Amino acid sequence: MTHRSSVPLYWRLQKAKYTLVGTQCITCKSLYFPPRSVCPKCRSKGFTKQHKFTPSGMVATHTVIRAPPEGFESMAPYSIAIIKLDEGPLISGLVVDAPDKIATGKRVGAVFRKISEDGKDGIIHYGLKWKLDESV
Amino acid sequence: MRVAVIGVGQTKMGEHWSKSLRDLSTEAGAMALKSAGLTATDVDGLFIGNMSAGRFVGQEHLGALAVDHAGMTPIPATRCEAACASGGLAFRKAYLSILSGHHKIVMVGGSEKMTDLGATGSVGTLMGAGDQEWESSIGLTFPGLYALMARAYMERYGLQRDELSLVPVKNHTHGIKNPYAQFRFPVSVQDVSRSPLVADPLRLLDCSPITDGAAAIILATEDIARRVDRPVWVAGSGQASDTLALHDRDDLCRLGASEKAAQMAYSQSGMKPEDIDVAEVHDCFSIAEIIAYEDLGFAKRGKGKQLLINKDTSMGGSIPTNTDGGLKVGHPVGATGIKQIIEITRQLRGEAPNQVKGAKIGLAHNVGGSGATALVHILRSD
Repeated sequence: MTHRSSVPLYWRLQKAKYTLVGTQCITCKSLYFPPRSVCPKCRSKGFTKQHKFTPSGMVATHTVIRAPPEGFESMAPYSIAIIKLDEGPLISGLVVDAPDKIATGKRVGAVFRKISEDGKDGIIHYGLKWKLDESV
Repeated sequence: MRVAVIGVGQTKMGEHWSKSLRDLSTEAGAMALKSAGLTATDVDGLFIGNMSAGRFVGQEHLGALAVDHAGMTPIPATRCEAACASGGLAFRKAYLSILSGHHKIVMVGGSEKMTDLGATGSVGTLMGAGDQEWESSIGLTFPGLYALMARAYMERYGLQRDELSLVPVKNHTHGIKNPYAQFRFPVSVQDVSRSPLVADPLRLLDCSPITDGAAAIILATEDIARRVDRPVWVAGSGQASDTLALHDRDDLCRLGASEKAAQMAYSQSGMKPEDIDVAEVHDCFSIAEIIAYEDLGFAKRGKGKQLLINKDTSMGGSIPTNTDGGLKVGHPVGATGIKQIIEITRQLRGEAPNQVKGAKIGLAHNVGGSGATALVHILRSD
């Protein structure tokens, strides 16, 4: 199998992918995750600095992927949701719970997991997935 | 100055195991020239829409490929890419190149050769239209992105499963008469609602297929177009953009780029949604057609399904939509935007297989990715 992803492609995203570090506009204070280097609202006056997000949010919408792309075949079917972080931004994320437990509006928290394997001898991608917060 | 479509050509859509990307592109181009009554030496510029020949068949540099195999060197040739809106984008660039005064007769094509790669490879390649770092990297797919929109829409507006199924039922019915369609069979609400789940809540028959195909159009200046039979005039052209990733949108139940592109096309043409006699909308997934009705102003927010329930967008309705079957009966991604404008051209010339009686004004709506690019063109017969 050919390797589609290089090590640096994922290595440089470690902070964001492992610890939910996004950005904040130095002018209007808007928060961005995934990180952006320029704030779309303030543009040239809107350079950003790093901001670490609280790893909790709510399911805004969700689906179950049953026809997976290469590299995800062994996981299918798997759930993906758009999560609205408590601090505002929305992010697409894998949800570890059984699909029939997931519903719009349910609260979730981040957990560190293996995301995918790039073939038998490629690198293993790690990152955050989301888990239903059963205490709520 | 006005610009008109003076010739059209397209290949059959389907699995073309015996034809390559260059074969399909050349076939469509030759048909378009013939229908315009021109030869290759009459054309002074070429634009081609293509999403991902690099990943589908390992071929880049599509402008050169197309112009070379059409025997049209040394005229300038340009590839345009905006995912599934590549065809619409190429059309707009060709149109603007004539308006600018640089060209008089331009060939604009679209082509995609998808089936060489197989289904799993195609799923990954199409995700190149999304956000590589934050969507495809977690195993999201295009059915998945539109499923996220479908769930949000169904929960907000109370759209039911069997109502969503009315989109493929209508479009497959229209597609039966389309000689270029990949699929020419009817489906029932029950067939759609019980077809296998691909990305909940979207099912197999909600999704457009993997398709090989090419389409081409000849565009010309007004003085040249006046000399040909039934030119079809470009009355308005709009293009707009939105965030690359779906999760960065303020609202998951509309495509802001479609709304903006439509406003541009309506404003330039002096038309309103109620003036449109026939439309081609980007129904890559069933939910996309319902959202398109609302983005284009055919229906109010949350009321798109009423057009289907009342059969307004079926043949015989007030605004027949996807009269060739739409993307449900073939979606060669780079060719789709061109194929849509060809169907509108046929309608306005009175020669469509599903002819809308007296159609004078038509609209074509082409979307790239989950809505990061949208193009809207309005054409008229006089």
